[in-house]
Amino acid sequence: MVQGLGTLGVLVLAATLAACSSTPLPTTSAPVETRTPLAAAGGSGTGAGASTGAAPQSQVATVDLARAGAGTALLAAPGQRVVYFDFDSFVIRDEFKPLIEGHAKVLAANRGKKLVIEGHTDERGGREYNLALGQKRAEAVLRSLALLGANDGQLEAVSFGKERPAVQGSNEEAWAQNRRAELKDK
Amino acid sequence: MGSDASRGIIGAGMERNRQCEVTAYNSAPMSPRNNDNMPAWSRRRWIAAGAALAAAPAAAQFRVEIAGVGGTQIPLAVGTLRDEDKVPVAVSQVVRANLERSGLFKLLAGPNGAAGADERSAPALHEWRARGADAVVAGSVMRLADGRFDVRYKLWDAVKNEELIGASKLVPAADLRLAAHRVSDEIHQRLTGERGVYATRIAYVVRTGRRFALRVTDADGEGGQVALQSPEPIISPAWSPDGRQIAYVSFETQKASVWLQDLQSGERRLVANFRGSNSAPAFSPDGKTLAMALSREGLTQLYSMPVAGGASPYRLTSSNAIDTEPVYSADQRFIYFVSDRGGGPQIYRMASNGGNAERVTFSGSYNISPSLSPDGRHLAYITRQGGAFKLALLELETGAVRTLTDTSDDERPSFAPNGRLIAYATRAQGADVLMTTTLDGKIKSRLVSTGSDVREPAWGPFGR
Repeated sequence: MVQGLGTLGVLVLAATLAACSSTPLPTTSAPVETRTPLAAAGGSGTGAGASTGAAPQSQVATVDLARAGAGTALLAAPGQRVVYFDFDSFVIRDEFKPLIEGHAKVLAANRGKKLVIEGHTDERGGREYNLALGQKRAEAVLRSLALLGANDGQLEAVSFGKERPAVQGSNEEAWAQNRRAELKDK
Repeated sequence: MGSDASRGIIGAGMERNRQCEVTAYNSAPMSPRNNDNMPAWSRRRWIAAGAALAAAPAAAQFRVEIAGVGGTQIPLAVGTLRDEDKVPVAVSQVVRANLERSGLFKLLAGPNGAAGADERSAPALHEWRARGADAVVAGSVMRLADGRFDVRYKLWDAVKNEELIGASKLVPAADLRLAAHRVSDEIHQRLTGERGVYATRIAYVVRTGRRFALRVTDADGEGGQVALQSPEPIISPAWSPDGRQIAYVSFETQKASVWLQDLQSGERRLVANFRGSNSAPAFSPDGKTLAMALSREGLTQLYSMPVAGGASPYRLTSSNAIDTEPVYSADQRFIYFVSDRGGGPQIYRMASNGGNAERVTFSGSYNISPSLSPDGRHLAYITRQGGAFKLALLELETGAVRTLTDTSDDERPSFAPNGRLIAYATRAQGADVLMTTTLDGKIKSRLVSTGSDVREPAWGPFGR
């Protein structure tokens, strides 16, 4: 709706802007009237952030999550916890099937135990598409675990896409180590 | 207009820790600039008591660079405003930098506010015409007793010898830059016939070491404020159409969830935290609906939810593939999105309440991150060519495609609300940077963050 406004529409729009009012000046050469002090309503001598009156339109409040105690990353337990993938693939290679079987057995024997599977991609490509690719990798591992005995309720598949690389670097070795799914205790 | 001597670097010799640096290089025909034409770029320290601005540390300051200018420029004389040296923001300098950065104006020295020139005295327009100016700006800034500021200016046409604009803006101290941006918009609109975007804002994500911040900055890269700081990644910011809220994806709970935050108050609400990943939020143009990508049923698919909450997600797509990155058309009839239902990721279009989708991109095997121009005529997106990821522009009616950059790591284009500029992230000299480009690729402007990686730009709407 915003696009296609003609000049007139823009002028109308500009004229209705509230907090930063803009009034046209007289086009005569008459001197500008003395500016009388305005009533305090809506105005605060100290400017922005006053409790009365409108907040400045430019104001952005900062939310700091570190203070709120967020960001408790799950630590991967020691042992075999990572499945690696080929480029553009979410197929679980044969070499990782024993790893998944082992975890499935543990989960089958301990129904109270839960796992989070975190899927990741290498750095190449878009963030949202890679988030979805990482999710597919995590889901593939989840399905394998479920087929091999784990209950659905014990498993969650999530993705970090390319946001949390294990290894920095723009080469084949780094990429191969970042295309992975990590199994973490919940 | 003189030979094609390249324009000197403005502000050469400025130290790096100046808060406002403008470096411009271009090869357009232009008369050589002498030092008298450009006032020293002194920027006063911002002191706005009680304002929610964080004092920007040196590492987070921005510079804007312009490379390449196309077409003819309007010569415009903008001087200093009377008494602006007594207020926290040098309004005329913000205006000059804005208009210069557009590439559409050639800025000349204007009436000297320090010598008393202001909006009350019409300048001798024929003299300014003789100096090469087509238009002239003069004005004043005054602090009122209630602490607000009155920014007044006039714009004269030196060719037709008439006054084009006379306006006054009453703002609190924290909105002085905004007043300067609105002045810039008005001048830009009056002289070019097109709407400027100087008063708009851009949201983006900065990574510094292992910390992430969602920042909101003026469209010139200045005045940056932090909306969210987090030890975990933040991606995909999306503005509400009224510019008051931003939706984004945060990994603060060790998975991708969609949050909605009010910019002025900082109040935030968890919108989508379903099983798996919740991401790619996009507001409908009427502001009532959020489209997003959810993997709650095992595959990443598109859903919509009311912004006000209170309803389960409504599923929009049913493919056996990845569907993500929805964007609404400005008339809300369509959603463009990314799907790899055909093998590799391509951009498709469907009705905004779901249904059959038709493919829109046909060049290349990997096309993602759509952004639609407000007039619906162009689609900007990222295409993979060989190993490079490049910003491309598709003219929807003709199917003509061209790439706009010579960089190879472009990400996430975002159209400005006037449809004339595209912001995008790219990689230069080993760091992530934000750029803007005109649709023909000729005028590029660089938002530089020293020492930090910037990504995920989202250009905010008109209406501030």
